[in-house]
Amino acid sequence: MGKFLLVTIQVDLYDRLALTLEEDLIQMVHKTGARGVLIDISALSIVDSFMGKIIGNIAAMSSILDAETVVVGMQPAVAITLIELGLPLPGVYTALNVERGMALLTARMPDETEDEDVDDD
Amino acid sequence: MTTNIREQLSIRQERDLIICRNRVKEAAVKIGMGIVNQTKLITAVSELARNMLIYGGGGNVLLETVTRGREQGVQIVFEDKGPGIADINKAMQDGFTTGKSMGMGLPGARRLVSEFFIESTVGIGTTVKIIKWKNG
Amino acid sequence: MTTKTVESLREKHDLILTYWISQREMADDFGGNFNSSDDLKAQSSELLEIVLKTITPENITDPYSPDLQPLFDYISGLTISRAKQGFSPRETATYIFSLKDALLRALGEIITDDTQELYRTTLEVSKFVDNIGITSFETFIKGREEVILSQADEMAELSTPVIKVWDGIIAMPIIGTLDSARTQVVMENLLQGIVDSESSIAILDISGVPAVDSLVAQHLIKTVNAIRLLGADCVISGIRPEIAQTVVHLGIDLSKMVTKATLASALKYSLTTLQLEVRRVQKDKSN
Repeated sequence: MGKFLLVTIQVDLYDRLALTLEEDLIQMVHKTGARGVLIDISALSIVDSFMGKIIGNIAAMSSILDAETVVVGMQPAVAITLIELGLPLPGVYTALNVERGMALLTARMPDETEDEDVDDD
Repeated sequence: MTTNIREQLSIRQERDLIICRNRVKEAAVKIGMGIVNQTKLITAVSELARNMLIYGGGGNVLLETVTRGREQGVQIVFEDKGPGIADINKAMQDGFTTGKSMGMGLPGARRLVSEFFIESTVGIGTTVKIIKWKNG
Repeated sequence: MTTKTVESLREKHDLILTYWISQREMADDFGGNFNSSDDLKAQSSELLEIVLKTITPENITDPYSPDLQPLFDYISGLTISRAKQGFSPRETATYIFSLKDALLRALGEIITDDTQELYRTTLEVSKFVDNIGITSFETFIKGREEVILSQADEMAELSTPVIKVWDGIIAMPIIGTLDSARTQVVMENLLQGIVDSESSIAILDISGVPAVDSLVAQHLIKTVNAIRLLGADCVISGIRPEIAQTVVHLGIDLSKMVTKATLASALKYSLTTLQLEVRRVQKDKSN
């Protein structure tokens, strides 16, 4: 399987910390050449427009670096609130849990095995 | 009989946002608000408190539990002495922003709460009052 | 009111009851809710006894006197039982207020020599009975409110059941109008259902929704988007031809949602998405 980065956000982040996360994560995507980023937000009790923007940014930036972003484990109440707030997080893939997120990323890498075959030669 | 909560908080730095959110959550839990309404309320508070910090240079928050008839709710008043908003109608539109945010703050927050009042005078400051009813 | 008057009233219990009952039986609104006059008589006798037992020269002018509590409790109980029997609040209030006429008539017979005293006492008794009437009314309203609240809760719960139709597929039929309060309950239950059952597809069946206007469509779109945020897909099924017509006539864009005519076709679509298929099995004809 290709390289995926998994980030678990454990606590409610205040804004500067969230910005730091964005920066560090993009650095890591670049450094490791990861093809996918999983952001586990199951521990987050709220996602406001700032946090929503950070998630959107990470997805957009990763995409430029040829990596897909999947947000996993969003709480139902958080999802309802984001919709009401007017932030449906377009361009971000979502999955119920880390396992499903991994499966989604793997399914979206059709040329993965071929790449490995080429590497073997 | 429930004891009414009445608490004064000040928003001066980013860290205060988290404290403010936690206090509001405690009040919402205390009156037995459901998880979805709690989340909506706290998100609205986060938006408005951040607005106050970024555009109003910080300010004060008054948190209270209120009762109307049989309905209980949480009321929060945000008061800053910032530059004020020149055109409130414009500021209440989706996507309008003068800063670097997504312009979701005010209109988004209004959709998340039961009642929303805003008053602003250029050069004097802005006051936003929101109420979220327990079942609203 | 003097202690003597109170005692005289207590002595005249039977007479007052007779006045009261006859007045009730003659009244226009004497409904058929009582099985017989006997029921009315038994109930009235009990109430009158408690009123006469409770009333004192002191508490007659003090509606907040603590020794009135047993009377108020009795009135509350009476109101509730009458409400259950189908009496309207007006009927119950009229019934209680009619006690005033009987009491005043008896008072007129007790205080014959002092018009000033009769006037004062009449006022006091009148206010006292009014207070009983108000208590009855308050109880009635409170009871109704409780019924309404609990029914509203029950309806919200009953009307949004989450059904697991397959491993990874849940469905929710919606019956009735989809307003914003309802949408919130639907969303909450459906999203929680998805998380609890780890389902990847949710079918929202709207066969029971009478009409879809732009507001309902907006609620549906919100629900679909919220489900997507969790990482699951939503299929809207049960779209009747009339609904398809209105949706197009109103210019509502549902093209971003997966819509199916019936729950069956939605299930078929879901199974295909999960790479499952349903096949008829050829029976083994060995016997």
